[in-house]
Amino acid sequence: MSEIARRAIPAAAIKPKLSRDDWIMRAFMGVIALYLVVALALPLYTMLSKSVQAKDGSFIGLTNYFEYFGTPALSYSINNSLYIATLTTLITVTLAFTFAYAITRSCVPFKGLFKVIAMIPILVPSLLPGIALVYLFGNQGMIKGLLFGHSIYGPIGIVIAEVFFTLPHAIIIIVTALSIADARLYEAAVALRASKLKIFFTVTLPGCRYGLISAAFVVFTLAITDFGAPKVIGGDFNVLATDIYKQVIGQQNFEMGAVVSVVLLIPAVFAFAVDRFVQKRQVALLSASAVTLEPKPSRRFDMSMLSFLILISVFLIGMLAVCQYAALIKFYPYNLSFSLRNYQFDLMDGGGWASYWNSIRMATYTAIVGTVVVFTGAYMVEKGRGFNQGRTVFQFLAMMPMAVPGLVLGLAYIFFFNHPDNPLNFLYHTMAILVISTVVHFYTVAHLTAVTALKQMDPEFEAVSASLKQPFYKTFWRVTVPVCLPAILDISIYLFVNAMTTVSAVVFLYGPDTALASVAVLNMDDAGDIAPAAAMGMMIFYTAAGVRILHHFASRFLERRTQRWRVR
Amino acid sequence: MSASASSERAPYLRIESLTKVFGHFTALENISLEIFEGEFVCFLGPSGCGKTTLLRAIAGLDIQTEGRVEQAGQDISALPPSERDFGIVFQSYALFPNMTVAKNVAYGLENRKASKTEIKKRVTELLELVGLPEQGNKYPAQLSGGQQQRIALARAIATSPGLLLLDEPLSALDAKVRARLRHEVKDLQRKLGITTVMVTHDQEEALTMADRIVVMNQGVIEQVGTPVEVYREPVTSFVADFIGTMNFVPGKMIGRDRVRLGDVEIVCDADAIAEGADVTVAIRPEDVILRDEVSDENTWRAQVKSMEFLGSFVRAELDSDATGKEPLLADVSINFVRSHDLKQGDAVTLKVPRERIRVYSGTRRHE
Repeated sequence: MSEIARRAIPAAAIKPKLSRDDWIMRAFMGVIALYLVVALALPLYTMLSKSVQAKDGSFIGLTNYFEYFGTPALSYSINNSLYIATLTTLITVTLAFTFAYAITRSCVPFKGLFKVIAMIPILVPSLLPGIALVYLFGNQGMIKGLLFGHSIYGPIGIVIAEVFFTLPHAIIIIVTALSIADARLYEAAVALRASKLKIFFTVTLPGCRYGLISAAFVVFTLAITDFGAPKVIGGDFNVLATDIYKQVIGQQNFEMGAVVSVVLLIPAVFAFAVDRFVQKRQVALLSASAVTLEPKPSRRFDMSMLSFLILISVFLIGMLAVCQYAALIKFYPYNLSFSLRNYQFDLMDGGGWASYWNSIRMATYTAIVGTVVVFTGAYMVEKGRGFNQGRTVFQFLAMMPMAVPGLVLGLAYIFFFNHPDNPLNFLYHTMAILVISTVVHFYTVAHLTAVTALKQMDPEFEAVSASLKQPFYKTFWRVTVPVCLPAILDISIYLFVNAMTTVSAVVFLYGPDTALASVAVLNMDDAGDIAPAAAMGMMIFYTAAGVRILHHFASRFLERRTQRWRVR
Repeated sequence: MSASASSERAPYLRIESLTKVFGHFTALENISLEIFEGEFVCFLGPSGCGKTTLLRAIAGLDIQTEGRVEQAGQDISALPPSERDFGIVFQSYALFPNMTVAKNVAYGLENRKASKTEIKKRVTELLELVGLPEQGNKYPAQLSGGQQQRIALARAIATSPGLLLLDEPLSALDAKVRARLRHEVKDLQRKLGITTVMVTHDQEEALTMADRIVVMNQGVIEQVGTPVEVYREPVTSFVADFIGTMNFVPGKMIGRDRVRLGDVEIVCDADAIAEGADVTVAIRPEDVILRDEVSDENTWRAQVKSMEFLGSFVRAELDSDATGKEPLLADVSINFVRSHDLKQGDAVTLKVPRERIRVYSGTRRHE
């Protein structure tokens, strides 16, 4: 071809040829995206359409919604839910901020211990604080008098239980927000002779405002979607989450359950969107040149902070101690002698000891399957080449589970998987569907953990590997996985613990052979066997705590083994 | 070895009308370039000029929107990186942290039908080549930055690729190590005879290492030439300014090869520019010669405004009628300063040799 002939050809857009690696990576991404579609998007869609159908399946538009809003007994739950969630948010964020402030800005001793104690509620089902409150303030409660005649069954009990349940989540976020403070800002403020109060309002609060907003929305979402606490301690006080349960389990009114689910989905999605927006801002505040703020000792301030930390710790540990005490007592309050009678779960309804072993199996499968799926998916989406639209869709699918309350997910599964025409119908009631739903339910946080770890890897590893003609999976296996192992362990432990404690999604999905410990707590409490429920709840706690401790030592071991190559 | 554009040979790498667009931003516009076998070419330019984008297009890491890339006579425009023939070294080194140095270097040699002993032998050979024969069992984090960079280089050339791509390989190192590695990398490249493209924003690096420099700015190539060419005969005022230090003096053409600077008339070679046009005259500080009396063309009087001691020479700021408000920078040897007892405020005579003056049409805006 002559030079002139070559130049005559107009420059055409280049269509990059895909390598074998590109195909394999996209295939993996496609399979995991398909999983998210089948296990999340399609069930949700089925549920949405169910809410605009009559019992016979015919389309009736918004009739169900009109019926819902026309029935005050039902729609009043919206007010109740908002009331509970708002009150919980106010109390939890205040307590969490004070707690985090004590941890990050004072010189109290045993900070590590207090931080560990603050994480206790993560290790128990949200039913457990309710049970503890029954023993403390119920009709025959130990310190019932403190309520001055008010009943614990209702908003008071729900809010206390929700504060217990949501506190660790808020503390984690606010501690992070307060730890990124730049000492130079404080030095500048002091140099300008600002008063302590002024510094607090002009430096401290603005510096962690995104953390506070984010914590508020996370707490709000947890509280409005939680089902465990209102179920145990709510009495006649109906909230949206218990309404879904009652409509479905109690009245078999699936269509109305779907309507309530959609109503509950709205605030959850809204709070989720705000939280995502705010979290992005928080990251931008962190500058590389910031100087870490070292708190200075101040006796009076430190002592008051210490008393606060002790008070919160007593509250958190106390709730568990009450449950453990109740579990070991023959028959509260009439026979206070010691007994293991309440551990004979096989004698009660709820699933017996088998449910406990089921839970351990389910949590183990969830941890293994979930970690593999989540980490692989995150890797493909982070390190793949091109295919930007596909990756955006995947990211969206991966973020969606966070906005979907567990009960809504569970109900959506009934509609989708229990449908006789669905070829996946055989999954219903099996261990498999419990694992599938739990992985989806907790997908987002696990995904974000994986993405954060992957973003810290040198982005050129894949480029180097391709230039050396090595397949990506070799680099994935030999480099990415070993380097990300701490994050992978974090993901698996997160999934395990949540699978042990979750009630909401699985309560609609377990079968006669696949009852779970957390569901057994619910059912035994429902049947009036409160002490065995407490005993089972504590079994969950010990298991989750034990696994957490194992995880701690495994991480330590790993750190020591790999410190030769960890960057200095 | 001079491997400059001999039109007889076919180029090893040919880039033709290459354009890269990110959304609404055109990172590279209609780039054409030929690189010959065994050549060491530097892409030089300020950050954001598109030099790294061009390198990544050559590697197939970010494939161009339009245009053609040919390597060894084969069209590789659309090929993924794994189907191209190159080794690459990044500024971050991108060494696998959990593998020993030897494993890192051996990485590309695996799955190539080479026996374990052959691989081991090659790794030893490569480690010796980059001057780190005893470090095979260490992890990257245990090595210094300069050592890590040499390991990255060993890994990139392990598979004997036809093309070596270096993306700001020395930028993360401190000045002394950088100067030493410049020589080592260049020596190694010469020894292996491997065609090499290096991206850098450091003009000194480009001038000392490259056979040819491609000066880039805002997505286009400003000039391609040997280090001496781009330094001595910058074709645009951008190149003149970007490489080395340059005095820019506004002037007006007053006749064939004659320019008026303030009150001074000088002669220079600028026959392409019409009479009456506004021009910018560029003079290197080292081409401003101080002498004793006015007797020659391109000679005028000035006054020393300030003197900056820079070791072996002094950089003087000279005020004169020719240059107006902006002082003219002149590099004066220490010997001259001593023998003439030059100090601030002294009146001096300066000369600028005609052949050292470059003239660009138009007035130059100050960035």
